[in-house]
Amino acid sequence: MTDTGEAQRSIGSAGAAAQATVEAQDKASSTKTEKQRGLWGDAWRDLRRRPLFIVASAIILFLLVMSVFPGLFASTDPNVQILDKARDDPSAEAWFGYDHLGRDIYARVVYGARASIIVGVLSTVLVVLLGSVVGVITGYAGGKTDSFLSRFAEIFLGLPFVLGAIVILSVFNAGVAGTPSSTRIMTQVIVTIGVLAWPICMRIMRSAAIAAKQQDYVKAAKALGASHSRIIFKHVLPNCLAPVMVYATIALGGFIGLEATLSYLGLGLKYPVVSWGMMISVSQQYIVSTPHMLVFPALFLIVTVLAFVMLGDAVRDALDPKQK
Amino acid sequence: MTEASAEPILQVRDLVKHFPVTQGVVFKRTIGHVRAVDGVSFDLHKGETLGVVGESGCGKSTLAQVLMRLEQPTSGTALFEGEDMFAKKGADLRRLRRDMQIVLQDPYTSLNPRKTVGDIVGEPFEIHPEVAPKGERQRKVQELLDIVGLNPEHVHRYPHQFSGGQRQRIGIARALALKPKVIVCDEPVSALDVSIQAQVMNLLGELQSEFGLSYIFIAHDLGVVRHLSDRVGVMYLGKMVETGTEDQIYEHPQHPYTQALLSSVPVPDPTLRDRREMIRLSGDVPSPANPPSGCRFRTRCWKATDLCAEQQPALEIRREGGQVVGDELSTDGNAHPSACHFAEERPHVVA
Repeated sequence: MTDTGEAQRSIGSAGAAAQATVEAQDKASSTKTEKQRGLWGDAWRDLRRRPLFIVASAIILFLLVMSVFPGLFASTDPNVQILDKARDDPSAEAWFGYDHLGRDIYARVVYGARASIIVGVLSTVLVVLLGSVVGVITGYAGGKTDSFLSRFAEIFLGLPFVLGAIVILSVFNAGVAGTPSSTRIMTQVIVTIGVLAWPICMRIMRSAAIAAKQQDYVKAAKALGASHSRIIFKHVLPNCLAPVMVYATIALGGFIGLEATLSYLGLGLKYPVVSWGMMISVSQQYIVSTPHMLVFPALFLIVTVLAFVMLGDAVRDALDPKQK
Repeated sequence: MTEASAEPILQVRDLVKHFPVTQGVVFKRTIGHVRAVDGVSFDLHKGETLGVVGESGCGKSTLAQVLMRLEQPTSGTALFEGEDMFAKKGADLRRLRRDMQIVLQDPYTSLNPRKTVGDIVGEPFEIHPEVAPKGERQRKVQELLDIVGLNPEHVHRYPHQFSGGQRQRIGIARALALKPKVIVCDEPVSALDVSIQAQVMNLLGELQSEFGLSYIFIAHDLGVVRHLSDRVGVMYLGKMVETGTEDQIYEHPQHPYTQALLSSVPVPDPTLRDRREMIRLSGDVPSPANPPSGCRFRTRCWKATDLCAEQQPALEIRREGGQVVGDELSTDGNAHPSACHFAEERPHVVA
């Protein structure tokens, strides 16, 4: 046994000599990367080289600028009604045409970005945070904690979304006289979506956490004496992110649509706030005669959702070392 | 492999691990127990390798998990350097973790796919920061990679960029990081190609002589265990049926189960193959939830009598007509404990 060992050693030292020269060459270039890099550092380096990530980030950045400074992109007021021009086709004067009340669709699309993106992004963040935290706890702890929290989540899962939203929003606004402020309504819509949709994310996270905690590397970490928080943050969570990321990117588009549903029912955003969802839901009565009322806000919605899906895909791939 | 010293580093006595079998969704009732490990005792000396063999489901891995404090034992004691292992908590348990480490079976699932090799091998230092100050960790990790025969430049690579054998070396480096005294090897080579198995076995052997490690080496392959072990324990259905030195077990087996296991080891030489006696066991291993009365092997044993069903044979040195079994054929001390009422040597099963 020792003979083979020595033989391996000598081969090893010959290899080491060869590596030493390579090492010397690399030294100059590798000094910067000498520091221990983690998963996130590697992911960030990888992301910056991905065209998908760059394109998606550019679109999202553009949309964010548009929602913060809509005045930069459109000079007309989105709520000015020129009934003469009702349902006019797109022209050089109004690029996207006019809606049934003679409002400039281009201006409305630009001004609508703010409400739609705020509702979409914030409710997704809320759902993912709530769902992930509860999901990791239930999946990792198991047993009675799991049973209790899972049953609790099923209460929300059992409620039909629209019914639940009607109940929650009417209760919130019961004592309010007149039209509540748009910030207030937006917060309510976000909270409602968060409360009703988190169990889906929680189920996804829970199953991923159950799969991850049974892996041998968790066993090895326990044998090393790792604490529960260390195992959760270093071993379980990074291996659960992929399915949640996919869900989040899909959910984002859905939530922008949900806001439209609520607005259509008179529970969500109201005049003078503009949102893509409201524009799309109004357009359905004019879909044959005035298709541009649907096409332009829908196009922006699709591009937004697509950008977030692309971003999610890029981040997910970057966080999976096997994809590199 | 170094000679065994007098004081055992690990003394295990009557170790029992039962897993409850429950029924019902909301109100769970315990309707029985799976007796995964049912009264196992052994000593491990410093610098020694204890091989544990047995077929799948005999409780080998559960034994490893209990010894690593990953599962709580149902009963029994284990003394590590004279101190009760199972009573340790908090800081004491952390110190114990530094002294006892495990190499797991499957190198494909035992490394976190989203961590670099440097992170994986460096994790022990993060959990036990007192072992290595922060500035030294990178150097220590590279040293460890060098010791197990990997290129220290590869610290930034991810596990999937390595082969099975290399991954197992990473697992060994992680186990070595805290300079443990005992390493439990839970079938460390059974997931590897035969050609790679030898490399990893040799590495384990070298590390043992270099660092004075003690191994508990679990495997289902008798050949693999023999290569490394000083002493061997044969397990069947949660119990040790025979223990002895490598020579005693492999050349002078007494328990029918050990004989059957040895007769199933493939022999490369066809002339020898014809001369040896084959023992084919019939039937399956009984369920550990409902083991047979008396001797657990009696349902598959060709020697079984009524006595075997009534009386459980103890693991002790057997006497036949006033003479110690094992001493009749040779006088160089082949007597060793075996748990069979009708223990006798049967040399023809050994090739």
